[in-house]
Amino acid sequence: MTALPNDTPKKLGLVIDLDVCVGCHACVVNCKEWNTGGYGAALSDQEPYGETPSGTFLNRIHTFEVLPEANGAGASPMVVHFPKSCLHCADAPCVTVCPTGASYKRAEDGIVLVNEDWCIGCGLCAWACPYGARELDEAEGVMKKCTLCVDRIYNENLEEVDRVPACVRTCPTNARHFGDLADPDSAVSRLVAARGGVDLMPEQGTAPVNKYLPPRRNRAPAGAADETPPAAPRERAAGLTGWLERVVEMIG
Amino acid sequence: MHPARSIIVFTTLSGAGFGLVALLALGALAGSGSPLLWAALLALALTGVGLLSSTFHLGHPERAWRALTQWRTSWLSREGVLSIATLGLFAVQMAADLFYGMRLVPLGLVTAALATVTVYATAMIYASLKTVPRWHTRLTPACYLGFAAAGGAMLASAFAAGADGRAAGLEWLALGFLLVAWAAKGLWWFRADRIPLGSGDSRPETATRLGRYGRVRLLEPPHSMGNYLTREMVFRTARRHAAALRRAAALLGGGLPVLLLAAGLAAGGWIWPAAASLSFLLGLLAERWLFFAEAEHVVSLYYGEGERARPAGFPARPA
Repeated sequence: MTALPNDTPKKLGLVIDLDVCVGCHACVVNCKEWNTGGYGAALSDQEPYGETPSGTFLNRIHTFEVLPEANGAGASPMVVHFPKSCLHCADAPCVTVCPTGASYKRAEDGIVLVNEDWCIGCGLCAWACPYGARELDEAEGVMKKCTLCVDRIYNENLEEVDRVPACVRTCPTNARHFGDLADPDSAVSRLVAARGGVDLMPEQGTAPVNKYLPPRRNRAPAGAADETPPAAPRERAAGLTGWLERVVEMIG
Repeated sequence: MHPARSIIVFTTLSGAGFGLVALLALGALAGSGSPLLWAALLALALTGVGLLSSTFHLGHPERAWRALTQWRTSWLSREGVLSIATLGLFAVQMAADLFYGMRLVPLGLVTAALATVTVYATAMIYASLKTVPRWHTRLTPACYLGFAAAGGAMLASAFAAGADGRAAGLEWLALGFLLVAWAAKGLWWFRADRIPLGSGDSRPETATRLGRYGRVRLLEPPHSMGNYLTREMVFRTARRHAAALRRAAALLGGGLPVLLLAAGLAAGGWIWPAAASLSFLLGLLAERWLFFAEAEHVVSLYYGEGERARPAGFPARPA
């Protein structure tokens, strides 16, 4: 059923530390390796050795640079490696838009999964996700996404130390942490509280479970502010244009 | 967003088709015999071809029936359920008129209402997505409903004029709907031009939450080549092309049909509203292509779109 559970007793998820990620892509590789042989269809590649290689990944690392507003030219930017995978949102828009019931959020632990036997590959869930967490596999024609390694974390055939998502297990700098974010006393919840963990795109109203720990201030370039400045208010045009702008705002 | 041909054809044809369904269900051409038969068949063909083409972009078309199950939360599922219900009732009503000479007026009212709600559901698939700010407005269903009604009235007037030589009432109706639809679309374009990616609530700074440290720019994408996300959602169209296509859409979908309908009102004959319908549908294909191609998805913020201009003296992004 694509209706979301009201609340889940557990909120399993990741806490990603942007202060220590070095952008080595080990989590990307280990994610691909584990999940191509694990839950559901393999993660295919198209033209892996050709002119335009492309493939399905459940975890990708972007690298951003941040330049302080105040310093402008001449300042050296801060470079931040930015791992991104499914945030297992409490209010997951990808689940409610699914026409078939293939997408669902587990009531017991909050993991968002795709039943690949039901998925018709319409791609609407990928449109509904602001984070780019869902990718349609071109070979299988079904939607793939992070499963939080559901086939590892409850797997009693594995050593206890291995019962965490593959990306967490492999990270050489401990930039990724796994745990229950519904429990305020869990190690991940304490980490989020101590380091001021944040949600990505809170304005989208998705209530992500995964949290990001911002880079520590001593890494920030001089002149950095404390908070994200609000978007500059749009100036209302004069005359007919201004009137039309008001009409459009009223319609919403 | 990537403009998928199957969805563009589907929304255009099925919109006009359900418009025609609604008007025929409300009694346009009722009791006219063969004009009603051809009009009803055309309505079924437009909606049927549309529905069929919408399954072409699926990864697993053979499982399409599953899309009828999640109508409680999904507008896409609602659209599927509503179209089947509408077409079923429509077929019953038309058969009653054509073969038994029965006018089932209450059934017609229900069918017309369902056809309207079907078009609304199609529009809401897009309008409900917060991730595409240009679609996320009540103007989106207004445009879809207006265009469906205008297309339906135009097609119905062609059949009516074919039967009686004149169809002034339906032609006036088509003109009215056309005016309302293009007014809504004008406002829609006006609004869309004012909310380029990165200017609203979602910006590279909120996507990364690094805004507290300054302005954010993508240094390296995750992979050297594109992926499903960039192909599907980070589609870019040249401004010049977009402006030319908007003119073509407005001309073929608005200006020309108005002139042809006016000629029909003056001279009579089915050829005028028929030509108007053809021109209108071609114009709408351009309008629908732009609806997808010009829409920007907030995931693009993670791929270097929607960034503010660099301060002077700072190295520009390498090509």
